[in-house]
Amino acid sequence: MLVRFWGTRGSIPVAMTSAEVKRKLVTALVAAAGRGLDTPGKARAFVEWELDFSVSHTFGGNSSCVQIDTGGPDYVLCDLGSGARVLGNNVLATGGPSGHRFHVFMSHLHWDHIMGFPFFMPAYLPGNHVRIYGCHDALEEAFRRQNAAPSFPVDFSRMGARIEFIRLEPERDYDIAGLRVRAKRQHHGGDSYGYRLEHDGKVVVYSTDSEHKQDDPEEVKAFVEFFREADLVIFDAQYSLADAVSVKEDWGHSSNVVGVEMCQLARAQRLCLYHHEPIFDDERIATLLAETRRLEEITRGDHRVEVQAAYDGLEITL
Amino acid sequence: MELISKRFADTVVLFPQGRVDHATAEQFKAALAPHLAAGATGGGRLVIDMTGVEYISSVGLRVLMLASKQAKAQGCTLAVCGLQPVVREIFEISRFNLVLPVFPTLREALAALSTEALTAFGAA
Repeated sequence: MLVRFWGTRGSIPVAMTSAEVKRKLVTALVAAAGRGLDTPGKARAFVEWELDFSVSHTFGGNSSCVQIDTGGPDYVLCDLGSGARVLGNNVLATGGPSGHRFHVFMSHLHWDHIMGFPFFMPAYLPGNHVRIYGCHDALEEAFRRQNAAPSFPVDFSRMGARIEFIRLEPERDYDIAGLRVRAKRQHHGGDSYGYRLEHDGKVVVYSTDSEHKQDDPEEVKAFVEFFREADLVIFDAQYSLADAVSVKEDWGHSSNVVGVEMCQLARAQRLCLYHHEPIFDDERIATLLAETRRLEEITRGDHRVEVQAAYDGLEITL
Repeated sequence: MELISKRFADTVVLFPQGRVDHATAEQFKAALAPHLAAGATGGGRLVIDMTGVEYISSVGLRVLMLASKQAKAQGCTLAVCGLQPVVREIFEISRFNLVLPVFPTLREALAALSTEALTAFGAA
């Protein structure tokens, strides 16, 4: 199973500013001084292996969209944030204009999780098939309303692909596109749903826009079971714990600290920090990752959880 | 969880022990409650000396946050001190060091909160 991240930013898409680009360049040029990087190959190797990730790359700015690639013929996605635009263009560029089938599991219907769909080109092309799954009553309404005046110039009815909306019930197993899928209700304004996706002995949990009430033992237990021995937990770590339990309590997001604790309790293999705070630059997210790895290390029992931070373009093979 | 407490003039100091995690956080919360209630009438100061705490989880930190909010609403002051290295790192990573007054030692906490309490501490 391969997991590809097309959009990893929380709440709203962001772009690097020219000041950030300049700062990265200055840092890289100073680090390269006297290194004789006089060929593209040498420069590329230096960038790839010697510069810090936050200097040589960016975590990216597209909002939520993750692809679960089982090797099957269909595309399986979680959420249709602005990252879906990039994915759609990539599908058309590599696979031609039609004949594609997409299965999309929606965490919820907030703007940042659906905003990629009006720019998801395969949906406009006849011969494609998009199946959108979710647990909300307003699943179809949210997409139709977004692709309509006065919000958007091209009406939903002009999308040429076959588009279906399928309601799922939480806490029930479904077999879809070769995956065993189970949804779980999460704390978020208007509710959100996490998904546990299993294929060929591998387990991915997609759990974004989810606030965890750690003082409720029953809830903790239920989420630990949902995460149980997952190979990968994609986890909403938008806030610091201090913010999540004080000024931002009930805003519907979680923290890196709770992510580590839940994955330790569930004996998950890997925690991927996701839904990054939009005001964080690359340096700040890199610091968050380093701190989270340190937290995992100093609180580790007999089980190690590998910690990563998602970025647009990240691929994880399970 | 029992909390040993000591009074230094107008300041009460509490000494939790061991781990404050999912298994003990409720007990910690219950043990704090009477001291917070007493602070409401006394308008006093409360210091939690964490020297004996080897680990604190998110739920334990939340108890501290709720206690701090309650103290503030009552016009009291709540501070923590004496964090072991691991606990200090947890405070920093969770950013609790930015939302709670944290002091390296009890003496420094008392010095910041109350001259009378510091004098009483020095005489003890």
